[in-house]
Amino acid sequence: MQISVLSGKGGTGKTTIATNLAVIMGGYYVDCDVEEPNGFIFLKPNISKSKDVSIPTPQIDYTKCTLCKKCVQVCQFNALGIAGNQVVVFEKLCHGCGACLLACPDGAISEKERAIGKIDAGQSGELKCLQGVLNVGEPMAGPIIRDLKEMVKEESSLIDCSPGSSCNVVKAISGAHYAILVTEPTAFGLHDLKIAVELVRKLKLPFGLIINRGNDDNRMIIDYCEKEKIRLLGVIPFDRRVAEIYSRGNLLIEDEHYREIFEELAENIREVVRCS
Amino acid sequence: MQLIIISGKGGTGKTTVAASFAYLEDKSIKVDCDVEASNLHLVLKGDDIERHDFFGAKTAKIDPEKCQKCGECEKACRFNAISDFQVDELKCEGCGACTVVCPYQAVSLDDDLTGETLISKTGKGYLSRAEMVIGAEGSGKLVTEVRKIAGQYKKNNEPFILDGSPGVGCAVMASVTGCDAALIVVEPTQSGLEDFLRLLSLIRFFGVLPFVCINKYDLNFDVTCQIERVCREEKVPVMGYIPFDSTVQRAINELKPVVCYPKSKAGRQIIMIWNRLNERIKEEIKK
Amino acid sequence: MKVCVSSSGKEKSSNVDFRFGRCSYFAIYDSENAEFKALENAGIASAQGAGIAAAQQVVDEKVDAVITGNMGPNAMNLLKAAGIKIFGAAGGTVEGAIKLFQENKLESIEKPAPAHSGMGNQKRGW
Repeated sequence: MQISVLSGKGGTGKTTIATNLAVIMGGYYVDCDVEEPNGFIFLKPNISKSKDVSIPTPQIDYTKCTLCKKCVQVCQFNALGIAGNQVVVFEKLCHGCGACLLACPDGAISEKERAIGKIDAGQSGELKCLQGVLNVGEPMAGPIIRDLKEMVKEESSLIDCSPGSSCNVVKAISGAHYAILVTEPTAFGLHDLKIAVELVRKLKLPFGLIINRGNDDNRMIIDYCEKEKIRLLGVIPFDRRVAEIYSRGNLLIEDEHYREIFEELAENIREVVRCS
Repeated sequence: MQLIIISGKGGTGKTTVAASFAYLEDKSIKVDCDVEASNLHLVLKGDDIERHDFFGAKTAKIDPEKCQKCGECEKACRFNAISDFQVDELKCEGCGACTVVCPYQAVSLDDDLTGETLISKTGKGYLSRAEMVIGAEGSGKLVTEVRKIAGQYKKNNEPFILDGSPGVGCAVMASVTGCDAALIVVEPTQSGLEDFLRLLSLIRFFGVLPFVCINKYDLNFDVTCQIERVCREEKVPVMGYIPFDSTVQRAINELKPVVCYPKSKAGRQIIMIWNRLNERIKEEIKK
Repeated sequence: MKVCVSSSGKEKSSNVDFRFGRCSYFAIYDSENAEFKALENAGIASAQGAGIAAAQQVVDEKVDAVITGNMGPNAMNLLKAAGIKIFGAAGGTVEGAIKLFQENKLESIEKPAPAHSGMGNQKRGW
């Protein structure tokens, strides 16, 4: 059972919700925001294992290469160039698709693995934690997200997605059983929430909503939910204390009041996931 | 002059600052580089006077007339994007491996609509922005296009004010490259500090002059001090401190830049940051 | 001797484009027969690696030197591998740049400008 947590924009408190909920609900916490994984700051797991994630990149066997240029022409990512009597491989642009290998008529291309990031695994109390980390300057987050999701395929897990609505979010939520959208009650929040809603509907995923930093303006989100028939899972009220606990890198559930709120939220989620 | 307002992650008050600057410098050309969830137009309003489809990626397409269902394409695809002789557009990377192996030339790469670019004429000058197709690839390329179109509206020496994309990924690189100065909006949180350092190295890599302002600095004085220390070590000038102020949220919900509330604590500080920043950039350019 | 200038237009009087990978045209002048032609930059259409696609086009034209403003690390690697020399122009027209080149008044570019999205060169430390 995979539950994905996402938000149309960053900074709505997606990681706050995901980490606190994960501790209460147990199983796995999986940080798929591989460009900027932050969840471990709050969960503070002891990292017991790390492994590299790599993708294949071409290497040229010059005893066979006839400089025919077919590999350069087929590569959609401009990761290959031909100059003088050598084929230059630009590894950082390579998506590891293997098209060059297929296109080479002389069997001159083989592949070697190249690390683009890593996956850390650890334990925070009872909770098992995974995070993907993409090396800075690498363009391909996909393979790390794919490996992370593969590791928790059969497990109960809470997936913390990257913000926005890009292809990386799609990769992180596809295959999940339920999605939790997080928003805040501002005009920006509502605008970006609509984008997230469109995304989960496109993927035909059942979903519910959590309002973070709730206050007197909740109405604008609640009205939208009623109109769109979106289930409101709960509201995390705004309190300056929350911002202070967060800024120190601590979990909200260390506070008794918030622990109760999250326990109720978890109960709601278990309920709707069972029914959907 | 191109000034980009940027933050390592979303929700740190980047658009609040950018919208205020855009309002204060009404001759400027505004560029919203957050193509996944643009917000600047909500505050600056205005009418869309130009829109264009943008084809920023390629997707494989199988011609059912030619397809003999041999399955070679499915075997060749490393992204599991083909099953039952259908292409899953959300999984397809547009690499073309399938087109190489198809013995019947039934697979081709087609241009894929990845977004729409828009120019709005606001009460405070032109705004260039985009709306990305949900789940699309190539947000960086769309950012480049948004900046290119903005450039066409430059008549004299108007400055450009860019609302950067969040994160440190490809779209951010596309928004930072070629800028003169960057104002990094940092929040004093543990994660904020880490994201700030990653972003700073990226900005330096592109040879852009970095400045910092600390938003909600009074939420955690310890981390604020840490950020100040890092800035001193890294020789990044701190241009100012925005206090935690409920007027900011009120301004967002009334869809106005917070500097329209000149008596608010946050509004006042942002005006001061803007003035200081302008002086500093002028000095640096003279050098 | 064949020299290529990154250009904003198709004419000799067009201005030099300071960008290499994303320039509009490549103006190519062959001093052997005084032939001049302008090619559209094929790199512009690339989703990524525009510099490399542009460099490949220039390599295929078998030029001896390139005159431009900034060049990213990837494009530079490919041109260097092909033994093509790279020179920096301060501005002005294509014709002016070619003239300065023939008078040996242009400085060669040895260091790449920051990459846009390729990020192929990580020497400056992350």
